[in-house]
Amino acid sequence: MLLNNHKVSLSGRSKIVSNKDMTFAEKIYLPAIIAGFGITIHHFFKKKATIQYPEVKRPIADIYRGKHVLKRDDEGRERCTACGLCALSCPAEAITMIAAERKEDEKHLYREEKYASVYEINMLRCIFCGLCEEACPKEAIFLTNEMVLADLHRSDFIYGKDVLVEPSDKRVDISIRQTPEVLSFKKDKNQTHNR
Amino acid sequence: MDGNYILYKFILATVILLISLLVAMYSTLLERKVAGYIQDRLGPNRAGIGGIFQPLADGLKLFYKEEFMPGTADKFLYILGPSLTMMIALLTSAVIPWGNSIVVNGTEYSLQVADINVGVLYVFAILSIGVYGIMIGGWASNNKYALIGAVRAASQMISYELAMSMSIIAIVMMSGSLSLKDIVDQQHGMNWNVWYQPLGFLIFIVCAFAECNRSPFDLPECETELIGGYHTEYSSMKLGFYLFAEYINMFISSAMIATLFFGGYNFPFMDSLNLSHNALTIIGSLVFFMKIIFFVFFFMWVRWTLPRFRYDQLMRLGWKTLLPLAIVNILVTGFVIMLKNHL
Repeated sequence: MLLNNHKVSLSGRSKIVSNKDMTFAEKIYLPAIIAGFGITIHHFFKKKATIQYPEVKRPIADIYRGKHVLKRDDEGRERCTACGLCALSCPAEAITMIAAERKEDEKHLYREEKYASVYEINMLRCIFCGLCEEACPKEAIFLTNEMVLADLHRSDFIYGKDVLVEPSDKRVDISIRQTPEVLSFKKDKNQTHNR
Repeated sequence: MDGNYILYKFILATVILLISLLVAMYSTLLERKVAGYIQDRLGPNRAGIGGIFQPLADGLKLFYKEEFMPGTADKFLYILGPSLTMMIALLTSAVIPWGNSIVVNGTEYSLQVADINVGVLYVFAILSIGVYGIMIGGWASNNKYALIGAVRAASQMISYELAMSMSIIAIVMMSGSLSLKDIVDQQHGMNWNVWYQPLGFLIFIVCAFAECNRSPFDLPECETELIGGYHTEYSSMKLGFYLFAEYINMFISSAMIATLFFGGYNFPFMDSLNLSHNALTIIGSLVFFMKIIFFVFFFMWVRWTLPRFRYDQLMRLGWKTLLPLAIVNILVTGFVIMLKNHL
């Protein structure tokens, strides 16, 4: 009943259309054209929205979730123990791995007795949700602020250990993402993922 | 008619031809820049500093494109179309006074290739031939869209040519001469025709847009309806010629507007500067080019401001508004001249 009598505008911007005759100013069209020139010249001198990409990069958020890294510990040993929790938690099923047993002479390479001999993430499947990072009990996998770059072949998007494991001489800083908010979120027992 | 004179005219014609081509070339860059700036973008800026080599890159790209010709096209006419358009676009610059004269060793060298006493008529004659290039190209393509575009171009040209000529008659009545040089010389200082003929100027500039097939009157190549209009079937440098001719036309039209209504090479306070004749000529030519560049910019400004007219609106504006207004303008001008002579 209300709707029949009152025009309800959800956006508040609807205009009532009328077919009234145009005034003389509207008919000769020139005032409208001049107003249009004003608008375009205003935009001509406005600050441009363009970001000159390779030279200038768009700022990304502190908690940007990008390419993964497999961390090493302080002694340069791989932290991953190939438990498979990341693969299990992955909603996109992007992670796959093959576990292997550490040999006696490999103690300086792997921290745990079991390690991942193959660790692959399909970057075309990955949705960068960060659940692998949260699932990891060894603090081995993290998402970084680096982006996954374009490539020519689908097969090139399956990143193996050669890409993912951080080089011991060039450590990847993952602290950028670990803002106090992120850390408290990870430890918040009210969240189901922390129970 | 000695050899020196012919050599001088030849050099002048070549220089003006080259300047026309250069300005047209950089108008393409300016157009893209203006379009970008009006749309809050930057426009092309990668080829050289500020995109200075972009026209060269565009030209090179057009040269390297496949030269496609439809199997059913009339080969001779198909090639004639763009050539004619380009040639006619360049012809008009002959009668435009690019500057006063330069005196070297007592000899006066005029900066106008041909000061013919029917300059205005010559320009209109050449302008109306301009549609032949489009018409022939559209017809020879043997494509319905090209043909519709060409037919539209032809009828648009005829409709707006009338109003354009009518608006000029008022100027000719005021100056009493058809020579462009005389018309410019009568607009000494700030005594520009636009102050006396604002309506004539408005009609002329609207018609100039229509004659150049520029937005908002770019119906012959209206992409939304006709794919590419008359140049649908053209590729490679033949398409380039059509597009390039549009920019040359724009340059020449701007020169005509500046000549007829904005005093050509005249500029305010030119007498109080106490400069020599030659210096005044050079400054005058530069001022003339500044006026031209402003109108080229204005052409682009309009293109990126106004949407395209509908075809019936175009015809209504041409025949029912501009033509009667131009005739009224002639009558009023004639009346005022008569009053002035009798008082």
